[in-house]
Amino acid sequence: MLIAVLSGFLLALLLFFFGKYLKSRHFSLIGFLPLGIFIYLLSFLPLINSGQSAMFHYSWVPSMGINLDFRLDGLALLFGCMITGIGSLVFFYAAAYMKHHPFIDRFFVFLSVFMASMLGLVLADNVLLLFVFWELTSISSFFLIGFNNEEEGSRKSAIMSLSVTGGGGFFLLAGFILLGNLSGSYSIREMIFSSEVLKDSSLYGLLLVFLFLGAFTKSAQFPFHFWLPNAMKAPTPVSAYLHSATMVKAGIYLLARFTPVLGTHSYWNNSLMITGAFTMLYAAIHALFRKDLKAILAYSTIASLGMMVFLLGIGSEKALLAVSVFILVHALYKAGLFLTAGVIDYKTGTRDLHKLSGLRKVMKPVAIGGLLAALSSAGMPLTFGFIGKDLIYEATLGAPGNLAWILTGIAFVSNVCLLIAGLMVGIKPFFGALPQKFSRVKKVSGFLWMPGIILGVSAIIFGVFPMFLDRNLITAVAQSINGTVIDISLKLWHGFSLVILLSILTLSVGFIFYFLRKGKPFNQEKLAGFESVSPEYLTELIISKTDKFAFRYTRLLHNGYLRYYLITIIVFLIGLVGYRLFTEVPLSVNYAQLSETRFYEVVFFIIIVSAILITVFTSSRLTAIAGMGIIGYCMCLIFVFYGAPDLAMTQFTIDTLTVVLFVLVLFRLPQFKKYVNLKVQFRDGLIALSFGAIISIIALQAFNEPADKVVSHFYGDNAYVLAKGRNVVNVILVDFRGFDTMVEIIVLSIAALGVYSLLKLKVKAPEKE
Amino acid sequence: MELLLVILIGVLYAAGIYLMFRRSMVRLLLGLILLGNGANLLIFLMGDIAKGKPPIIKAGASVFTDVYADPVPQSLILTAIVISFGLQSFAIILLKRIYLLTGSDDLDTLNTHDKDI
Repeated sequence: MLIAVLSGFLLALLLFFFGKYLKSRHFSLIGFLPLGIFIYLLSFLPLINSGQSAMFHYSWVPSMGINLDFRLDGLALLFGCMITGIGSLVFFYAAAYMKHHPFIDRFFVFLSVFMASMLGLVLADNVLLLFVFWELTSISSFFLIGFNNEEEGSRKSAIMSLSVTGGGGFFLLAGFILLGNLSGSYSIREMIFSSEVLKDSSLYGLLLVFLFLGAFTKSAQFPFHFWLPNAMKAPTPVSAYLHSATMVKAGIYLLARFTPVLGTHSYWNNSLMITGAFTMLYAAIHALFRKDLKAILAYSTIASLGMMVFLLGIGSEKALLAVSVFILVHALYKAGLFLTAGVIDYKTGTRDLHKLSGLRKVMKPVAIGGLLAALSSAGMPLTFGFIGKDLIYEATLGAPGNLAWILTGIAFVSNVCLLIAGLMVGIKPFFGALPQKFSRVKKVSGFLWMPGIILGVSAIIFGVFPMFLDRNLITAVAQSINGTVIDISLKLWHGFSLVILLSILTLSVGFIFYFLRKGKPFNQEKLAGFESVSPEYLTELIISKTDKFAFRYTRLLHNGYLRYYLITIIVFLIGLVGYRLFTEVPLSVNYAQLSETRFYEVVFFIIIVSAILITVFTSSRLTAIAGMGIIGYCMCLIFVFYGAPDLAMTQFTIDTLTVVLFVLVLFRLPQFKKYVNLKVQFRDGLIALSFGAIISIIALQAFNEPADKVVSHFYGDNAYVLAKGRNVVNVILVDFRGFDTMVEIIVLSIAALGVYSLLKLKVKAPEKE
Repeated sequence: MELLLVILIGVLYAAGIYLMFRRSMVRLLLGLILLGNGANLLIFLMGDIAKGKPPIIKAGASVFTDVYADPVPQSLILTAIVISFGLQSFAIILLKRIYLLTGSDDLDTLNTHDKDI
């Protein structure tokens, strides 16, 4: 099983390095990988049908509870089969579709990574592992959606989808960790046993918010749906794959997977029901206002996803059964419709519904595929869609009380809209008169029309013989979603009932509507008024405003002038420390501690302060350096007064050296210019003085409250005893802290090396002095 | 006397910061040196201050018999002085170098934005 999951990644790696040596016609061979995995997965059918599930355990980070645990049950098998089954069709299709693309090898790298991550996602039993795959699908779909990276629109929609789904991923991770902490396990299988604990927890609401944000962003539920129509910038095989069977279904998968863990709670049911119902209505109506084939499909996909969320929200056995079937129904017909739209686009160069008609004359096999998909999408009797639609109506009618009528009404309207949308894409382009310019469309290659036909035919087979599926797969799927066994049997004909009536009503209303409008969409401009309140517009507004704000903010703080950085830091410090000192610390002087002030000390103080003032305000560089020298020597004096002869010696030497160096090197610098005006000087002076005052107060406080002197006394007591030295400062430096001193010497040597190399550095001739 | 030192520290810090706000690189460097002196003095004041009592053990004794100036801040400051010398000498040479290349000691002339390059 590990090999099955990892083979996609391995293939991607191989293609990444050696793909450029492959001829473009060889790429269709890659499709055999998903096909192989598909067959491998089907081999588990008997096991799954006996009500068991297959577990695969590989250790990864056992100490943190993260293991490569894969579990194959009904739900995982259904998704796995869709991913690999539809995947292989898409791979074959894409090999033909992308034949002339210069980066076809790169395309298949991304597609393989995507397929493998998706497969890992549905098989993972460990939520953290699931999250890793979840993020991988977001990342690989980013590359797929932005595959035509030379187009701005393509890049933009790739970034949009990544930021929406990736943003949801953050919440999902938070949700998973919370889930793991609450239930004490990261294994989904084990979480089911702590279902009651989770539902009683006070954090249950928060947990749901996190999970829903993750699932809704991925599955394009309102108000996060807008990335999906934009993602139509991707090459059509990608759209077909991502939006029928895989990417967007990941959110549905997540919700279905966690239904037995977290479901059957009013929070869970109501939020899913409301979100799903709203998304479904919103998107289904929007679909009728689009004229681009892929845009129609995008909105009808959102609507179908809404339908699934809605059904999961209803949560009754019938509803869960309906979801299990509808996931497959939708994957089959939506992939077919996308592939049909792709061929039309590929051959005619347009996806505009107004321009397309009569194409059945030039691409008959494609037309058949489109027709079959459209009929299944419409829910015609004898198609799989019919069974799906019946189950949906059964589920809504099964809701308690008046709610049943409301839910059925919503489902009815959405179904009618979806039906029309399906007909618009699958039928409209092929009927009517063939425009002159399309009459010479070349023959469509088998790789392009076969997948559509296969999908359409399987929809019919499942429709006519639903008993193939119910015992074999759907029972197990519904069991994994529900947690317990549901006894079902899919039937083609239920006898006359309200459900059948509704189905017939849906069909007739939809078809009448479609023929009245001759398959033409509504004018999209009618919706323009809602533009300014649409989630997409608002999101973009927020993003652009954030951008602008960040730009201004950066301009303000990161302006490239050292002094403004300093001023910011100092003013902030003054404010913060000043506030603290002002509110908390009483200002007092402990006069008992002070030593007597002698006359010579006052003189010395006056000298040093004058020297400082001269250094600051002089206009001659030499005077400033001299002033600095005086300050340094005065420091020596202070050290002498207070019993620090070593410091005095050092300071004396260093200060002399610095002054000499200064004079020698800077003697011939330009005029010591004053660049500033009075106002700026005043401002700087004020800041500097307040800063000085703050530091003085801190010094005073430090002086008033001497610190614990354990360390000093240790050195004083042990300098001679342990190190046989009488000058304690020297002993500390060369003995107790000898290593520090050695490092200090290294620092000085590095500085010396720097000085030396700067002096010796040869500057190019014109720049020389 | 200690009060005078407290004021002196404030003056040194204020002067240092004021000079660092200037556009001239030489002034920036001078400001840095003054600030360093102020910091040294601040550390010095935090130890036990004892006039005329250096931390040197008298000949013949093995421990202190009298009060003595705190040796720890002194060794810290000694290190700081030496290190700051390394910094200053490097900065002075660097300054010279920059002047040779740009012909100015104005910090603002060193501001090159991406778009200028």
